[in-house]
Amino acid sequence: MKSLTLKNLLGRPVRTAALTALAALLSFAVFIGTMIVLSLGNGLDSLEARLGAEVMTVPYEAATKKKFEDVILQGMTGYFYMDKSKLDEIAALDSVGDISAQLYLASTGSNCCSMPVQIIGFDPETDFTVTPWIKKSGGGQLKELDIVVGSDLNAFVGDKLSFYGVECNVAAKLDKTGTTYDTTVFTNIDTIDRLIQSSLDKGMNDFKNLKPENIVSCLLINSADGYSPEETMNDINLHVKKVKALRSKNMISGISSSLDGVSGMIRTLIIAVWALGVVILLLAFTMSVNERRKEFAVLRVMGSSRSKLAGMVFKEALSVCIAGSAVGCVIGLIVLIPFGGAIEQKLSLPYLLPGPAAVLMCVGGTLILAAASGAAAAVLSAWRMSRIDTGLVLRGDN
Amino acid sequence: MKLSAENVTKEFIRKTGKSNHFSAVNDVSLTLESGRLTVLNGRSGSGKTTLLNMLSGLLSPTKGRITLDGEDIYALDDKRLSRLRNQRFGVIPQGQTAIHSLTVLENILLPFSLYRESGEAEQKYALELAERLGIAQLCEVRPAELSGGELRRMAIARAVIRRPSVIFADEPTGDLDDENTALVFGFLRELSAQGSAVFIVTHENNAAGYADEVYRMNGGKLEISE
Ligand SMILES: Nc1ncnc2c1ncn2[C@@H]1O[C@H](COP(=O)(O)OP(=O)(O)O)[C@@H](O)[C@H]1O
Ligand SMILES: [Mg+2]
Repeated sequence: MKSLTLKNLLGRPVRTAALTALAALLSFAVFIGTMIVLSLGNGLDSLEARLGAEVMTVPYEAATKKKFEDVILQGMTGYFYMDKSKLDEIAALDSVGDISAQLYLASTGSNCCSMPVQIIGFDPETDFTVTPWIKKSGGGQLKELDIVVGSDLNAFVGDKLSFYGVECNVAAKLDKTGTTYDTTVFTNIDTIDRLIQSSLDKGMNDFKNLKPENIVSCLLINSADGYSPEETMNDINLHVKKVKALRSKNMISGISSSLDGVSGMIRTLIIAVWALGVVILLLAFTMSVNERRKEFAVLRVMGSSRSKLAGMVFKEALSVCIAGSAVGCVIGLIVLIPFGGAIEQKLSLPYLLPGPAAVLMCVGGTLILAAASGAAAAVLSAWRMSRIDTGLVLRGDN
Repeated sequence: MKLSAENVTKEFIRKTGKSNHFSAVNDVSLTLESGRLTVLNGRSGSGKTTLLNMLSGLLSPTKGRITLDGEDIYALDDKRLSRLRNQRFGVIPQGQTAIHSLTVLENILLPFSLYRESGEAEQKYALELAERLGIAQLCEVRPAELSGGELRRMAIARAVIRRPSVIFADEPTGDLDDENTALVFGFLRELSAQGSAVFIVTHENNAAGYADEVYRMNGGKLEISE
């Protein structure tokens, strides 16, 4: 004979389904919410890793007009230039350790992309941020006219993409970072020089009379031994004109605080939903058990101890909650994986799904939480059923 | 086997005149013995069910003791007393008492399955009882489809499935027709002949013909009839 618990649950399919659905809904909300919070934190870490340098220096205008921030944090396209002499000037400072220049360009749409993409050229000789990442993603040295594409771009290794009439080969595709870099194209400095030249030739560049060999957009800098990033930043801002040095940390802190806001909101929402859910579960269990007072009294007459009756109520509640929670988590996973991109866009914050281990832990945590809430919600009914006055209940239809 | 009520009184809280409690059962002594069928008559509200609940281990008396072969059953903790009720007592409660998510057969086997003790032999005995009580063809059906008489017969089979020492029946024929009434009393008589102590509470007088002893309850006091 199957357990009485199971029979009771199956014997009332509508009630069982409703309670399971409720538990599923709660678990879904908690699971999705937690995953989003985790993904946001993960995205921020990823962005920090991708920026890869302690201090970034851009033309003064690019910093004050937020052009740089828009490119790096908002995923807009843009370009701005300063004279290459700034590179030598800054490299000469004592507080500056590693330094590498990057050149920016925005495409006007190409066959990979429905929107213009950001193109960033780096100098393989000095680069210390992009090259390790390409390596990690399985790419190697870039040859002339080779490009590397971000993971969200619809282009793959071996494809040919054309920018300002110059055809480039996709040599590697980068791993997902959850940041604006996922829609960026990287290439070496020689190739981007050609692309900039071509954009100038076609009159499609906002700047005129540029010599690509003589310009840079952004300098990535690590402070020298014995100097803090703060000191390096101040050093540059004090001694070099018409540039602005920024600390990567401070740039991210804007994101970090809006991320804290979003995460806090989600957390509050989770707690509210959960508290409400526990109250509803409590009412539902109380009602469902109350309606069966007589049956519980009969079980008592047949020789059930108080603890047996309480255990029965608990078991029912736990089964329903755990089963519902599992369903909720599965639905959560089904929603999260395909709709991750949509969530990322809606939030416009760095967003990167954590690895399978973290996801599994989240599932486990949700199940435990659901079981605990089910138990909490069932305590009252279990206690009441164990105290049931059989005489009074069974006298009902005297 | 002897189950005795020794000067038991049960008081309930209720405003009656000046006092705020009243005695539903008042200083009652009574002994149930193996092989004997005892009938308790009395008007509605006279305290019959209260006495039955005390005897069957469901309601502890305010005063006095209930002893099984000399041992006070209310001295046992809830677990032990519950086990005792399960193994030694069979109760046919008032009214309809089916568990609706179980089939008729599963209902009959409930006293065993509560303690996960229902095996093939028990199953066979359940079918035998169902046969004997004329509900064999209903074994796989849910209680919702049964008539009042069939439900009562199911409750009887359930009460006696563990071959209990004492069988309690509270108004077992209250809502039954004459044919079912005779069937139920006949069966209970048979069980007492097989060695059980049988205790039947009823406000009808027609049970007296089956009884070894007949008592009468009157305002919580026990009187011997005849
Ligand atoms: N649990 C209880 N709480 C309060 N009063 C009760 C309770 N059980 C029974 N009574 C009262 O005790 C009296 C006897 O009840 P009962 O034993 O059920 O009578 P009978 O079975 O003879 O009809 C009635 O007045 C009833 O209202
Ligand atoms: Mg009664």
